[in-house]
Amino acid sequence: MSINGKAYIVGAFEHPTRKADDKSVAQLHAEVAFGALQDAGLSKDDIDGYFCTGAAPGLGPINMADYLGLTKLRHLDSTDVGGSSYILHVGHAAEAIALGKCNIALITLAGRPRAEAMATGTAPRSWGVNVPDDPFEIPYGRTVVNAYAMCAMRHMYEYGTTSEQLAWIKVAASHHAQWNEHAMLRKVVTVEEVVNSPMIADPLHRLDCCVISDGGGALIVARPEIAKSLKRPLVKVRGAAEATKNQNAGYTDLTYSGARWSGPRAFEEAGVKPSDIQYASIYDSFTITVLIQLEDLGFCEKGQGGKFVADGNLISGVGKLPFNTDGGGLCNNHPANRGGMTKVIEAVRQLRGEAHPKVQVPNCTLALAHGTGGLLGTRHGSATVILERE
Amino acid sequence: MPTMASDRALPAIQVDPTNKPYFDAAREGRLLIGLCKDTGKYFWYPRGCSPFTLSNNVELVEAKGTGTIYTYSVMRTKEPYAVAYVELDEGVRIFTNIVDCDLDSLRIGQRVKVVFKPTQGDSPPATMFTPI
Repeated sequence: MSINGKAYIVGAFEHPTRKADDKSVAQLHAEVAFGALQDAGLSKDDIDGYFCTGAAPGLGPINMADYLGLTKLRHLDSTDVGGSSYILHVGHAAEAIALGKCNIALITLAGRPRAEAMATGTAPRSWGVNVPDDPFEIPYGRTVVNAYAMCAMRHMYEYGTTSEQLAWIKVAASHHAQWNEHAMLRKVVTVEEVVNSPMIADPLHRLDCCVISDGGGALIVARPEIAKSLKRPLVKVRGAAEATKNQNAGYTDLTYSGARWSGPRAFEEAGVKPSDIQYASIYDSFTITVLIQLEDLGFCEKGQGGKFVADGNLISGVGKLPFNTDGGGLCNNHPANRGGMTKVIEAVRQLRGEAHPKVQVPNCTLALAHGTGGLLGTRHGSATVILERE
Repeated sequence: MPTMASDRALPAIQVDPTNKPYFDAAREGRLLIGLCKDTGKYFWYPRGCSPFTLSNNVELVEAKGTGTIYTYSVMRTKEPYAVAYVELDEGVRIFTNIVDCDLDSLRIGQRVKVVFKPTQGDSPPATMFTPI
């Protein structure tokens, strides 16, 4: 059984805030849910499936379902694979719809790490209590940024990847962000500016890192008959896949990500190949995240990511693979420190023809969204979804 | 200008029943690694099951305490420090810090040996490495 064609994304909404001093996290969830319902032309009581993560306040989906007044729910899922969760949720929602477990699924994300002055990337953080790897990593100052930086260091060592090549990823994102009125960083930057920005964790500079922002987003996934009864362009889920990459019992290899497994499975289900993709949303927590995922998804050979991203190849209208045309996490936003939601939303915009005209891919009919959640350098979740404009 | 590693304050380590023997040995200056007795393979990090077979037929055995830097990153904070994966001569790659050296001189492939650094209060020491 496949989910190909069994569900459509009928609603998408990205919160315009980047710093939510005067709003609660729960309120942000409500605002994005309302926005996505309005976008779809649906109302609250149409929702019978609800998806969120541990970033939502409360116990799994329970407290948010209560706060939002969702009383018709018959399918719940709070699978948490960090920032990639919301990409994974699209696949899970399609599965639930295909099996008749629900008809209209709502996925929400919201958070305010910026208003709360959270040291997102540079302070050691545990994911919970009784985490068995913590005693062997937290005391050593494992942070988000150094766990990705160590992957970049090894990639440079094995493949000759350079800081300048990584910088091209940020440069491309900045070219897109200049057109996004909500983006936190709208200034177009050069390779020189990226490599001359302060070193945070060798070899990653400040401009190799994503922004820290408040906000959120929501998606609504529905069965085909419902999608076709609505007035929005049809965005079909063609393929979805997920994986975890472990530390492999101490035999870890930091040159690849879980995209090595989730990517090919999603392509197989969709019946397409990387060269068919016209637009790609690629999780950009750091520049190195993009490079490694592009290789693992099959957009280029392993080790060739540096050459692939250089010279503007990711810039819409310039290169072969337009990516993150909203400016991505590197320039636009990274709500709740989780970038998967906005990755799907921008892919939906592209497929609907609703991206900013300066970055819209002409006749965009096939798009991919991919994310890595957790830490690239220790253990992470990986989710890929392939979407088609019908 | 070299960037000398400093002895930064380390948080207490959360000891649980399955990793306690590891940390007891660390207090004695010995580095232990996991051994799966079903397969004869070493594993990291220490745990109460084999990550190869899931059985509890595991024990901790003493490692030589030497290895090479697989990868690293220097955190350019007020008090800079180097995180790293060190590949032990036994083959497992362990998350650690490289200490007692010029952090700007580190390189992948460099030979290192284990050192134990005190943490807060009665907590066991942290397992770190320094260039040979």
